[in-house]
Amino acid sequence: MTFISVLAVIFAIGLASYVAGRHRAILGRAQGQSYHSLPNYYGIWAAILSLLPAILVLVLWSLLDNLVFHQWVRAFYPAELLSSDSIQNAVTLAKIENIVDGIRFGDPEPWIIKAGEAWTVWQAESDLLKSMISITLALVGGTIGVIQVNKSFRSRNAVEGVMMFGLIASSTVAIFTTIAIVLSVLFETIRFFQLVPPTDFLFGLEWNPQFEGAERAGSGGGTATYGMVPMFMGTLLISAIALFVSVPVGLLSAVYLSEYASNRTRSIVKPLLEILAGVPTVVYGFFAALTVAPFVKSAGEAIGLTVASESALAAGLVMGVMIIPFVSSLSDDVINAVPQSLRDASYGLGSTPSETTRMVVLPAALPGIVAAVILAVSRAIGETMIVVMAAGLAANLSFNPLDAVTTVTSQIVTILVGDQEFESAKTLSAFALAMMLIILTLGLNYFALQVVKKYREQYD
Amino acid sequence: MTDQNFKGLTPSESARLVKASLKQRRTKETRFKLIGISAIGLALLFLVVLFTGILSKGFPGLFQYYISFDVELDATRLDPKGDLSVESLYGGDYEDIVLEAALKSLDEKGDRKLKRTLRKMLSSGSGIRLIDYVTSHPEQLGTTQTLKFALDDDIDSFMRGFIDRETPESDRRIDDFTISIADRWQEAGLISYELSDYLFFGSASRDAEMAGIRGALIGSLLTLAVCIGIAFPLGVATAVYLEEIAPKNRLTEIIEININNLAAVPSVVFGIMGLAIFIVAFGMPRSVPLVGGVVLALMTLPTIIISSRAAIRAVPPSIRDAALGIGASKMQTIFHHVIPLAMPGMLTGSIIGMAQALGETAPLLMIGMVAFIVDVPTSMTDPGTVLPVQIFMWADFAERMFIQKTSAAIIILLAFLITMNAAAIILRKKLERRW
Repeated sequence: MTFISVLAVIFAIGLASYVAGRHRAILGRAQGQSYHSLPNYYGIWAAILSLLPAILVLVLWSLLDNLVFHQWVRAFYPAELLSSDSIQNAVTLAKIENIVDGIRFGDPEPWIIKAGEAWTVWQAESDLLKSMISITLALVGGTIGVIQVNKSFRSRNAVEGVMMFGLIASSTVAIFTTIAIVLSVLFETIRFFQLVPPTDFLFGLEWNPQFEGAERAGSGGGTATYGMVPMFMGTLLISAIALFVSVPVGLLSAVYLSEYASNRTRSIVKPLLEILAGVPTVVYGFFAALTVAPFVKSAGEAIGLTVASESALAAGLVMGVMIIPFVSSLSDDVINAVPQSLRDASYGLGSTPSETTRMVVLPAALPGIVAAVILAVSRAIGETMIVVMAAGLAANLSFNPLDAVTTVTSQIVTILVGDQEFESAKTLSAFALAMMLIILTLGLNYFALQVVKKYREQYD
Repeated sequence: MTDQNFKGLTPSESARLVKASLKQRRTKETRFKLIGISAIGLALLFLVVLFTGILSKGFPGLFQYYISFDVELDATRLDPKGDLSVESLYGGDYEDIVLEAALKSLDEKGDRKLKRTLRKMLSSGSGIRLIDYVTSHPEQLGTTQTLKFALDDDIDSFMRGFIDRETPESDRRIDDFTISIADRWQEAGLISYELSDYLFFGSASRDAEMAGIRGALIGSLLTLAVCIGIAFPLGVATAVYLEEIAPKNRLTEIIEININNLAAVPSVVFGIMGLAIFIVAFGMPRSVPLVGGVVLALMTLPTIIISSRAAIRAVPPSIRDAALGIGASKMQTIFHHVIPLAMPGMLTGSIIGMAQALGETAPLLMIGMVAFIVDVPTSMTDPGTVLPVQIFMWADFAERMFIQKTSAAIIILLAFLITMNAAAIILRKKLERRW
């Protein structure tokens, strides 16, 4: 039986339990007994009892059975393979799994065929056992639920207890996701630092993982170097260009929209600006690579500058456009939060609107604006697709916006897209970069929060 | 102008000073206003440039050039076994039949050079197209029909004027002889410029003229289905817990901090988590919509939680008091009154979150949805790709025609996004309640 059909059977049982439980309660009520809860709750309780354990077992079993087989199948390995490294192991596992799927490439070793056949048997047995156990659980649970229907059983409280548990469990998903993110990056980073000393990574001025393949192949040709400085400089350069575009444009639009524009203009312009935020980044990337980069190149060459065809300037400009609505909507909120009484006081002293804005509103909103800019920096640093498509891959340590630079995110994507071997320092370096990226973005966010907390003026 | 200078000023003198500075101040005022307007103008200009750039390239990409000529659907040659089975059709003479029909359209017997050129000019999928036609119209076997075939992408680019006749022959992708044949077809009125059926119904292909988005679109829909199936219930449940139930304690604080952190984490990091946890640790397959959907769900979760919380907060406390007052339990109040009343707001937020997920590329690259997959995925565990990733892949291909196809795919993606956002706005307008 497939997963879906087992699930369907379990749901049918759950539905039946619901109907039976509810019906029993209704019958009891008709006989004049006063039940603690409404009939519905008895039905729902029976359904919960039948569905919850059964589905839990089914899903967990389906997720974990392969892991168990991976262990069992090691019994078939010849002794010398057991001690070999994990690349060899992964290849072997893939071979065995191919046999299980009925695919044969060339002539596999006889023990692999044997292992594959054993695996097929385990899979079949496990599937059968899994379906039987989960369906039995559903039946037993449903029956218990229906039997439990009686006037003193507080089914509503029981159902609400389960609901409460569900709500709390859902809320903790955010915590587990954070933990998962940190753990998935942390372990690989530690392994990376066992291969490459942290000081080389953090302060190295040269990034060149390409040599690793050559080194392994034995052709020499230099050693792989993993210094992250060029990439962080590239990231900062592109982010700086992006901010150079987005902060003035975004901030001034926000000022105009909140201080000058009529309601009508606001209601038209604001959604139009929001469109810029809704455009997928891959579209910006395509636009940057296809339109802006050639334009920057030809414009630069027209005035006699050498411009790389994948210049930092092009990527930065487009990223700046993408962040404009981010800056403008955040600053808009902050500016609107400045109390009207401050403006009125300023007008009352005879200032013009622009003087009020420059000397009263903006200083009052400054902490919020600084926070908005910091958040924009964090957004720019984490942006991926634009730089993957429009910035280069050459890790130049350069501050010239017309050069090609690379960024942390584009290196991560380049390294991790496609096939990787999990043992190589090159693959692991992507995780170390991701670690730095997380630390940097979360640090910036924390910093922004602190700025607001520390310098915010309380007006009310 | 310090205080000291003001000391001896009489009111009339200061009035004069103020008056004298008025002109300058007014100019400053106008200048400031102009700067504000130009900032908005600049932002809107970027928007216009972006959209005209995409639309002007993309609209032609929705179309492509076809050639139509009479094809003799010879039953014995096309379907040698006579049972219309796949083996029989693919064992047939379809490639040659197309070629002969092309020769006939030019009234030529055809030497080898001409045949070779014709083969290059027609899309390499022409034979398959003929088979597909026969499978869907078996009754027409034995007749002669006018059929339409796609032109190869180089010819297509030539017809669009991207390949200039004036360039020396050696520098062009197509030679003079090919151009002369294209001209003959053109004069005979056989070449037509039509809405591309390959774009909408074709699957991934390295041949630009045959590449389509069908697989990617279905992959996107499957991924989104997983994403909303996970993110919406989780997001709503979290919002309900935090707004209605959570006591002010350490756990609640940690949950809130984590939600804010998740909102700040770059999307590519979610992809790395998906790779490390789901694919490497749990051994789930690569490139499948199921994993993609889970990763996107975790990514959009903060958006949905934040908007759902706002929606719940907008439900006035009097509703809760009334429900509690007539004896509803806490849970009944929440599930019977608060959630239904907050539903429009929560749906709006979720649709916007889904639009975000639909346009997301980077995390899906990490979990391998960037593989070149020709088959259209039929379930959540079939390898597939999604629309933005398809755009990313096409943007990397060198052929001239892929630029148009990419832009056309972008238009389709934007159309989806605009529809979703419009739906969210309409929903909000229609169902929004003012208390």
